[in-house]
Amino acid sequence: MLAPTALLFLPLLAGVLINGLLGAKLPKWFSAALGCGAMGASFLGALIVVPLVSGGAVGDQVLWTWMAAGSFSVDVALKYDALSCVMALIITGVSFLIHIYAAGYMSHEDERGLSRFYTYLNLFVFSMLVLVLGNNYALMFVGWEGVGLCSYLLIGFWYDRERKTGDSTYPSQAAKKAFIVNRIGDFGFLIAIFLMFTTFGTLQFDAIFSNAQIAEGGPALMWGKPVLWWITALLFVGAIGKSAQIPLYVWLPDAMQGPTPVSALIHAATMVTAGVYMVARSNVLYTLAGTGPSLVAPVGIITAAFAATMALTSFDFKGVLAYSTVSQLGYMFVGVGLGAYGAGVAHLMTHAFFKGLLFLTAGSVLHAMRDVGDIRRMGGLSRKMPITFVTFVVAALAIAGFPFLSGFFSKDAILLAAYQQSQWMFWLGAIAAGLTALYMFRLLAIAFLGQSRDQKLFDAAHESPWVMTLPLIVLAVLSATAGAVLGLHEDGLFYRFLADVLNAEHHGTTTMTPMFISVALGLAGMVVGILIYRGKSVDQLNRGNAISALPRAKWYVDEAYDAAIVRPIHEASRWVLWRFVDKWIIDGIVNASAGAVYAVGGVLRNVQTGVVQTYAALILAGAVVLLFVKGLL
Amino acid sequence: MSDFAICLAVSAALFTLGVVGVLVKRNAIVVFMCIELMLNAANLAFVTFSRQHGTVDGQIFVFFVMAIAAAEVAIGLSIIVTVFRNRASINVDDVTMLRR
Amino acid sequence: METLLYLVFGLVALVGGVLVIVNRNPVYSALSLVLTMFAVSALYILQQAYFVAAVQIVVYAGAIVVLFLFVIMLLNLGDQGNLPAASGTRRFVGALLGVTFAGIVGAVVWEYASTAGPAAAAAGDIDHTKSLARVLFQNYLLPFEVVSIVLLAALVGVLALIRTHGRGLDSSEADNV
Repeated sequence: MLAPTALLFLPLLAGVLINGLLGAKLPKWFSAALGCGAMGASFLGALIVVPLVSGGAVGDQVLWTWMAAGSFSVDVALKYDALSCVMALIITGVSFLIHIYAAGYMSHEDERGLSRFYTYLNLFVFSMLVLVLGNNYALMFVGWEGVGLCSYLLIGFWYDRERKTGDSTYPSQAAKKAFIVNRIGDFGFLIAIFLMFTTFGTLQFDAIFSNAQIAEGGPALMWGKPVLWWITALLFVGAIGKSAQIPLYVWLPDAMQGPTPVSALIHAATMVTAGVYMVARSNVLYTLAGTGPSLVAPVGIITAAFAATMALTSFDFKGVLAYSTVSQLGYMFVGVGLGAYGAGVAHLMTHAFFKGLLFLTAGSVLHAMRDVGDIRRMGGLSRKMPITFVTFVVAALAIAGFPFLSGFFSKDAILLAAYQQSQWMFWLGAIAAGLTALYMFRLLAIAFLGQSRDQKLFDAAHESPWVMTLPLIVLAVLSATAGAVLGLHEDGLFYRFLADVLNAEHHGTTTMTPMFISVALGLAGMVVGILIYRGKSVDQLNRGNAISALPRAKWYVDEAYDAAIVRPIHEASRWVLWRFVDKWIIDGIVNASAGAVYAVGGVLRNVQTGVVQTYAALILAGAVVLLFVKGLL
Repeated sequence: MSDFAICLAVSAALFTLGVVGVLVKRNAIVVFMCIELMLNAANLAFVTFSRQHGTVDGQIFVFFVMAIAAAEVAIGLSIIVTVFRNRASINVDDVTMLRR
Repeated sequence: METLLYLVFGLVALVGGVLVIVNRNPVYSALSLVLTMFAVSALYILQQAYFVAAVQIVVYAGAIVVLFLFVIMLLNLGDQGNLPAASGTRRFVGALLGVTFAGIVGAVVWEYASTAGPAAAAAGDIDHTKSLARVLFQNYLLPFEVVSIVLLAALVGVLALIRTHGRGLDSSEADNV
């Protein structure tokens, strides 16, 4: 098992080191080839792992002991089971395609920029693999922070750029926002890790899961809830931050300031799904604690519907996709929250395909439109970019749940679970599914159909080179066929593969009703989207109404956070921390110590006469004292 | 009082005289002479102990001390010459640049 | 009889030392230093360290003190060389430290000398210059060679110190001619 491990991790590490240390001196083609090659090797490693895991049980692989203190010890150890190798396969596969795509998309960067980009990208995939393959929560946290760091670095990749469009922020600000908001979630994650340590005395997955019963029946920790409830709830706080759920979703739309391949890889396909993975991985705990249906699923479903309204009113190509990502992540949490862990992971995978694809088509469009992301200046692009258009249509159909495309299976499984357990969640989810179809086809109609709204940009637009369209085509094929091929239907291959890890619960009987409802709503959304928005002029698009005003202003959430949290902290920092603590206490201590040294020096400098004989006299006095003391003793 | 004690006493007294001279004299050249006094005192002690213990190692050390003293005088006097060239004085009180 | 000689020469050495300090004129100080050197040399002879005594006279009296005198003449100080006596404070501090030091060292010497036995039996061997040379060039050969390097370094150091900019041993002076 050591060879696949080495193949998974070492090429990426080599890519990071070589590109990171020597990148500026390497030619561009070499940096790109190195980044893609390392990624390809890692993908190969993941491909090797899958048959090994499906062939038989593969135990934890302990590489070395990370830290040991008393009875507590954490190993750097990897866990190869169905869940982690599915995740590894998704991550490395999609990353490989996006690495190749980025070679075309980032071709305008200079040597330094390109090598920096691939360094971060390889480091990200490395961290992500640590996250999903680690066999304990400590190692998971290492990967968790690693991907957070890479996310920060890549959102702010163009840290020297001005803001691009109207209401968006600077890349550097967006990066900081993502990092800081994620800190809140990470704080919850950390507390959960501490709680697990005090409760179980270990952080290893298997050891915790097999002992989870003891924590379940334990005394209440706080607010009448047992310790296991708190552990799962705090883990979910971490997931909320990383996976952009209400109320911490605000960083994700701003994160679109990063290069588009980054949005596709980190902020759609892989990193943001880490929270879903974590809940799925901890499914034993969630099932026991009962936090899933009471906490995880409601947050997910509300996020799904809420984000869909904002996706419906955004005029930024990537903005629509960003809110769509938030919304789809909400679906995944509904799945894992309601005990349909397999469905959640399935949606995670299909979402990686079609949302990665959507972002890559967005990148293709931005590439053609000279980085103009405002869809009000697009239109009729289907004539200029046929490949991009066709792949976009496939992805839009997949996300909208068109029958027998990948999104149809996974979303249906989630909605089925909701239908069996909670009517209000199901209906909210079904409406969100209709909205999903609506906003995707609104985007399609405005950007790709009708007449051009900005002739100059339209004339300059062109289809992207093959390095960019090839990943599009591959992902489009995956988006279309993944559901049927991988067996995402009830009791299909995919679920049987994961069954050992994810002890799925079955509630009630299987029914076709939710599928018909969601498909009907989805089809209606598609038709309505095309009909309403096809051929609309800029003025018609801008004309809002009472219903669209609030979501268009993003529900004033950013403003509310600003007023409720950012400003008070800012003012408190200014008046208490700066004007008082810093100016008086900290500066006071510093100045007082300096003053004390100055005063002592003022006395001592009388000794420093410059006359050699004074020094000689002092030396002699010292010798006399020493001799005297020696004599006394 | 033995010869041994007399020699040691002379050595100690000579050394003290040298120390006092170094501390109180203003003329840099005389300060150096006082250093020579101290070295002589040490040499006398070496020779005295050498005789007392019946080994020649003490006398060997005297040679080394003399060699080092010669080198030290050469360097020291050239420093004094240089200082005198720059400041037209051999008063050690005038050479207080160590303070700055 | 021999103890008397020890006393006399010891006293002469101390008188010379006092005169070095007391004299205002550095020339007199140097001459007093010669007196001390001779007296110490005599003490060496009394202790049968004949070779050391000879070297003492040749190196100290012959070379070092002459170097002192040479520098005094070179600087041509005249009256400027007769600096006023040190201030009372300094003399007091110097004397105090000196007396304390002498007291402590004297106590040590007294204690050591009173407990020490007669001179070692092997004393008869140390007066041979040959045996001295054998030890020096066998046991102490490496330090001996190192001392030669120290002297070389001193030589170079003196040259570097005495040289002045633009007016030294280099070719610039020759160019001006």
